[in-house]
Amino acid sequence: MSYQLPKFRHPDLPVNTLGYTRADYEGAISTLCAGCGHDSISGAIVRACHELALEPHRIAKLSGIGCSSKAPTYFLGKSHGFNSVHGRMPSVVSGANMANRDLLYLGVSGDGDTASIGMGQFAHAVRRNLNMVYIVMNNGCYGLTKGQDSATADAGSASKKGDPNPFSAIDLPGLALQLGATFVARSFSGDKGQLVPLIKAAISHRGFALIDVISPCVTFNNNPGSTKSYDFVREHAEATGTVDFVPMREEITASYPAGRTQDVTLHDGSVLHLEKLAPDLDPFDRVSAMVALQKHSAEGQILTGLIYMDKDSRDLHDVMETSRRPLNSLTEQDLCPGDKVLANINASLR
Amino acid sequence: MNPTDIKNPEYFHKVVDCQYACPAHTPVPEYIRLIAAGRYDDAYMVNWESNVFPGILGRTCDRPCEPACRRGRIAKGEEPVAICRLKRVAADNKTDISARLPQIPAQKNGKRIALIGAGPASLTVARDLMPLGYDIDIYDNQFAGGGMMRSQIPSFRLPASVLDEEVGYILDMGVVTQFNTEVTSLKSVLDKDYDAVFVGTGAPRGKGLNLPGLEEAGKQVHIGIDWLASVAFEHTSAIGRRVLVLGGGNTAMDCCRTSRRLGGEDVRVVVRSPFADMKASPWEKEDAMHEGIPIYDNHVPKEFVVENGKLKGMHFEKVEAHYDENGKRSLVPTGEDLVFMEADDVLMAIGQDNAFPWVERDLGIEFDNWDMPVVDKATFQSTNPRVFFGGDAAFGPENVITAVAHGHQAAISIDLFCKAEPVSNRPAPMTNLLSQKMGIHEWSYDNQIENDKRFVVPMAPLEETLRNRKLEVELGFDQGTGFKEAERCLNCDVQTVFDTPRCIECDACVDICPTDCISFVENAEESELRTRLTATAGNLAQDLYVSTELPTKRVMVKDEDVCLHCGLCAERCPTSAWDMQKFLYSVTKAGQ
Repeated sequence: MSYQLPKFRHPDLPVNTLGYTRADYEGAISTLCAGCGHDSISGAIVRACHELALEPHRIAKLSGIGCSSKAPTYFLGKSHGFNSVHGRMPSVVSGANMANRDLLYLGVSGDGDTASIGMGQFAHAVRRNLNMVYIVMNNGCYGLTKGQDSATADAGSASKKGDPNPFSAIDLPGLALQLGATFVARSFSGDKGQLVPLIKAAISHRGFALIDVISPCVTFNNNPGSTKSYDFVREHAEATGTVDFVPMREEITASYPAGRTQDVTLHDGSVLHLEKLAPDLDPFDRVSAMVALQKHSAEGQILTGLIYMDKDSRDLHDVMETSRRPLNSLTEQDLCPGDKVLANINASLR
Repeated sequence: MNPTDIKNPEYFHKVVDCQYACPAHTPVPEYIRLIAAGRYDDAYMVNWESNVFPGILGRTCDRPCEPACRRGRIAKGEEPVAICRLKRVAADNKTDISARLPQIPAQKNGKRIALIGAGPASLTVARDLMPLGYDIDIYDNQFAGGGMMRSQIPSFRLPASVLDEEVGYILDMGVVTQFNTEVTSLKSVLDKDYDAVFVGTGAPRGKGLNLPGLEEAGKQVHIGIDWLASVAFEHTSAIGRRVLVLGGGNTAMDCCRTSRRLGGEDVRVVVRSPFADMKASPWEKEDAMHEGIPIYDNHVPKEFVVENGKLKGMHFEKVEAHYDENGKRSLVPTGEDLVFMEADDVLMAIGQDNAFPWVERDLGIEFDNWDMPVVDKATFQSTNPRVFFGGDAAFGPENVITAVAHGHQAAISIDLFCKAEPVSNRPAPMTNLLSQKMGIHEWSYDNQIENDKRFVVPMAPLEETLRNRKLEVELGFDQGTGFKEAERCLNCDVQTVFDTPRCIECDACVDICPTDCISFVENAEESELRTRLTATAGNLAQDLYVSTELPTKRVMVKDEDVCLHCGLCAERCPTSAWDMQKFLYSVTKAGQ
């Protein structure tokens, strides 16, 4: 078994505006099962961060417990990392984000870490619109403990050694919409063409950005009868549309056919170019998004792509009107205005 | 693109760049692995089967394999594996291999073959035909076998003991030697009723330059290869203090380095072309410069300067190389004054020609406009079906390894001819494709990619080697360094084999591949497909491996160019759609 990736890379690897190649965003070699969807998501994150020319030291990747939460070791090896308690990643991000709003927070979680033990944490991070990217590597089973059904396993879906699941599934995008999420997307680990631009858009979005990525567990849940297998997802995925992400620095050179296309400028100046395929969905209307999700689910389809986005999202810092400067950079001088000011305040209260 | 036919032996053969580039197609990675395993005898025999002269070639080969080596293009500043010098490691460290040499049948097959010239081509023919029971007579004008390997390659590059040993392996098979015998008439040989005659007489005539003053300069001007032979045969043991060597090929390098050992102090190489265009191998130029020999490029010789009947030196015209849009070069004079260089002796090493004054023109052997025999490129048969040519004698000056490759093919033809079968019936190569899987994530080859830079071969102290022309300059790798250098080999013969029906398109191979070789894309014409891949496949000399269509209507495309053969695609594949399989390709020899 190989424990190290060879140091050699393709000699013509593209270099981004920082002078980095994709290799500079890689992590250690994966120890997940061969063929795990999580590795593809790691690859998509690497590609998105490289193409956005993010400085690795400006990113913090945080996770809980589980196969998914091991994944941050396998990407962004030069970024900050925090592997937290099971299901408690959102609290740690909340604290970190409050202290230093200048970092990009990339939360990586799984279906167990989010929809079971971490459900309460997840719900509150969503409703506070914490500025972070929250990627769920969703395989519908507990891979690390031999493949039991998880809370996102669809009713009737059967894992490799299991009976059909008798319980109904938690649909994370639906839940997030209900809780007031400002960016909701779903994708598939086997479709980087869709996943990479969604990750880029989520990174550029201000506020809580959920991407629920269906990521087949090759070992326990990639069998006929499972609704989270490579084959099933390929057959039943229905994209809302295609997403093209144009970073702020770049000129829009592609020309798009008129009609069902729309350009959205994000708060950082990047442009999201959407080409709609699902005529019944308006991704900027929460109700429309919720209806579309339910409708496709009822038809046995998996709606993927950008499902909802609030163009005027205000994140937790905006709402709380915190200081523009990160709190961790404020000095005693900034925080303690002095005896004179205190005296004035006290006087005003007398 | 159509799906790649991996059943075609040439597809995977081409992936093994070194082996593909070698005229004799020696299975290079196979013997390098044996060297790493310390199995020097086995490594030597893999070589011996294929290239006949491992010890000789391990010192003197032109190494077409090395510029082809994949290792040299996977990163900037990365150099190819020192394939040639690893071959020498096998030869230096082997034990007695005589028991492994082929048995020579006591009962002969009744066919008699004459080989004219005892150089590498003829010796290879003998090597291949003796085990089949042929009676072979070999004729040469020198006192021993080896041909140009004896007369032109100086002892400081190739010790006589190495040459004698490997020539001996063949002659000791029972070849009847007729040494010190100049064949002056092919007809007289044909008249001896041989069943076939092989001409391996090389390109024995050194070219000269007929410049003003040549006649007056007289004995101070020498033809390079003749002079080297006369040194090798100890007719010449000294040269003047100031020596000019004209020419930029490997013979020029041998001439200048030999001159330094025979008393030349101010030895210069003067060449018409720019330094980069010189024909000499880069390492031979380096070795010459290391011995304090400057190379003057862009100097065209104009005349010999002779005073009072004695050579004083030469005049050269300075030129510049200009290249037209087709890359064709012309040397344009700069208009500067002629350059004068002093010289006591001049050696001309500007090329060699074939010469067949001893071949009568009424023997049914057709000659072309350049007075070269018409020889079939595949069978090496001349227009007289009983006469075959090989080595430099066939198509002009090449190198030892090419002569060996010719010899193998000519032996096949002679064997077929003697059995009254059509010589055009060329045997297919022997190939074998075998999985290297030992267990989950375990391979029977070392798939770790070492980061070491190419190791430098140690040399004997300069002063000592300059004092003794027979002292070998290169010392060869010791076993430890040989192991490390062997570990740099990427094992390109361990092929990535893709089985479409097993693939679930999980992308694991795409994600893990360190050099972005693998893509899953919609099919297209090759030129378009090359641009659609994860990394653009710009090296057109390297093939794309295209699968049949997958369930998503895409195809798997692998650009073979910078694949490290690290096996990670197969390690990360959950369904074993990828497997690492060792591909052995060997050129079929006569009688197999």
